[in-house]
Amino acid sequence: MTATKETNRVTSPSPSPFRKPSRPRRLRGTGGGRIAAVLIVAIILLPLVPLVINSFARGYVFPQLFPAEWSIRAWRIVLATDGGTWEALGWSVGVAATVTALSLVVGVPAGRVLGLRSFRGKRALEFLVLTPLLVPAVAVAIGLDITFIRLGLSGTFWGVVLVHLILAAPYAVLVLAGVFANYDPDFEAQATTLGASPLNVFRHVTMPAIKPGLIVAGFFAFIVSWSQYVLTLQIGGGKILTLPVLLVSTANGGDASITGALTIVSALPVLALLAVASRHVVRAGLGTTGT
Amino acid sequence: MRSAPFLIRDRSWPKLLPALVVIVPLFAAAFILAVIQSLGYFPLIGLRSFNVDAYRSLLGNGEFWQSLLLSTWIAVMAALLSTVLGIAMALGIRKIWRRSGRLAFLSQLNLPIPHVIGALAMVHLLGQSGLIARLGHATGIIEAASEFPAVVYDPFSLGILAELVWKDAPFIAIVALGVLGTVGESYENVAASLGASSRQRLRHVTLPLLVPAVAPASVIVFAFAFGSFEVPLLLGQSFPSALPVLAYRLHTNVDLGVRPEAMALAVIMSLVVMAATLLYLALVRRVLRKDQT
Repeated sequence: MTATKETNRVTSPSPSPFRKPSRPRRLRGTGGGRIAAVLIVAIILLPLVPLVINSFARGYVFPQLFPAEWSIRAWRIVLATDGGTWEALGWSVGVAATVTALSLVVGVPAGRVLGLRSFRGKRALEFLVLTPLLVPAVAVAIGLDITFIRLGLSGTFWGVVLVHLILAAPYAVLVLAGVFANYDPDFEAQATTLGASPLNVFRHVTMPAIKPGLIVAGFFAFIVSWSQYVLTLQIGGGKILTLPVLLVSTANGGDASITGALTIVSALPVLALLAVASRHVVRAGLGTTGT
Repeated sequence: MRSAPFLIRDRSWPKLLPALVVIVPLFAAAFILAVIQSLGYFPLIGLRSFNVDAYRSLLGNGEFWQSLLLSTWIAVMAALLSTVLGIAMALGIRKIWRRSGRLAFLSQLNLPIPHVIGALAMVHLLGQSGLIARLGHATGIIEAASEFPAVVYDPFSLGILAELVWKDAPFIAIVALGVLGTVGESYENVAASLGASSRQRLRHVTLPLLVPAVAPASVIVFAFAFGSFEVPLLLGQSFPSALPVLAYRLHTNVDLGVRPEAMALAVIMSLVVMAATLLYLALVRRVLRKDQT
């Protein structure tokens, strides 16, 4: 796809479907871009504002625009060591980290084959990998319910990890396939010729080349697991209480301040990861795998 | 293009195996088990015969059709709005996006935020005592909370759509920006130097360039919106509810006798999404082929 980069110098105007070939028009400047950027960021941030206000408010009733009374009561309750927050944070981090590691372990070799090779049935294989992302999670959750109970996986850490993997691994495979599509394996051959062991080739040649892709793939696997609600609810059977599960039951409790504080606790870890991954997401431009 | 045995001859298949083992068997098992149980084979509650009773009773139920209509509306509108707004967003910030790390971070800010949080945020933003309603009161537009239009728990699912579009338009934008960054400008400059107006460039150059990457992304948005559970659970009206919510309610019903119906619904939902996806991708391929000639 980069082969076309040099085609922007056209000397002889060939017959074109466009109007009169007149003076060249440049694309527009950045003035409008800045306004658009401010507007977009404002819209993205706006829904989060009431959650933050709520978390620091006491008796924040309509029509108060700002709370009559500010308070850290909700934060005290949410961050209390005997509350469920820390345990939920532990489950969420534990499950998501495990899912991420496993997704990368299976995603690197598969992404390499799908990205570097072309063979008959590749499209079908890619579609097969993608299918779990299309089918409603509820369908998977209730389809596996009884079987997971019978296998003793219901209500266990590994049961939840397994069902999250069905959704997280496809993202890792597809992102890494996109990365390997632009990868040149000849460097590995050179290193091997120079006497590097397979392990050293991976560590010093492959790894540095695909590192941005690994970060993006890992980031997606992590947030897919982190966001999961219904699969965790159903397969976790009320024992694996991750943050989303705790959040919904807290929201049903009706205390908007506590809910607000808990949403912020749930969002901060993944926002921190985004801060690390965002530049690489920009560069990897996910979705350009051409599936 | 090499032949299929290539994977075997080349010994590439062991590399694909771990991923396929993780993804396919459990997923296939879920589907097959749902099909079997939907056909009435449910030893746990003493059902051992095969029949299509569950499908018959589901298809004869008015709520099912209303839910199907609702979920289709949600999925189509979410995909449409996210795609249009996502592309607009990408075109708006493409010039300055790569240069500003802060903008890259902020424009993707809601990408990792779980839908549960997004849905709760919309309750407090758009609800009748939400931030917008309070702003309306502060500026004197409304007097009481009840005057604020119901956009949460409403029949048109506006709250659900707001959440889905808020999350997914930036997702489409990132996909579009990826394409615009790699191939976009050179083609557009050629068109510009040949005298194409900005509208012509958009219609004949930029949008066709975006289709191959944005179309699959919008399919994912469609499928996700159709299958989303927590968003309609937290933002939807109680009747009719979106299909996934209905399926879950049937599944967790104290009357175990309706379990086959829950399974039948799971099967129908999955088939509808897959059919819609294949149809859509075929359509996109046809449009692309037409555009090339």
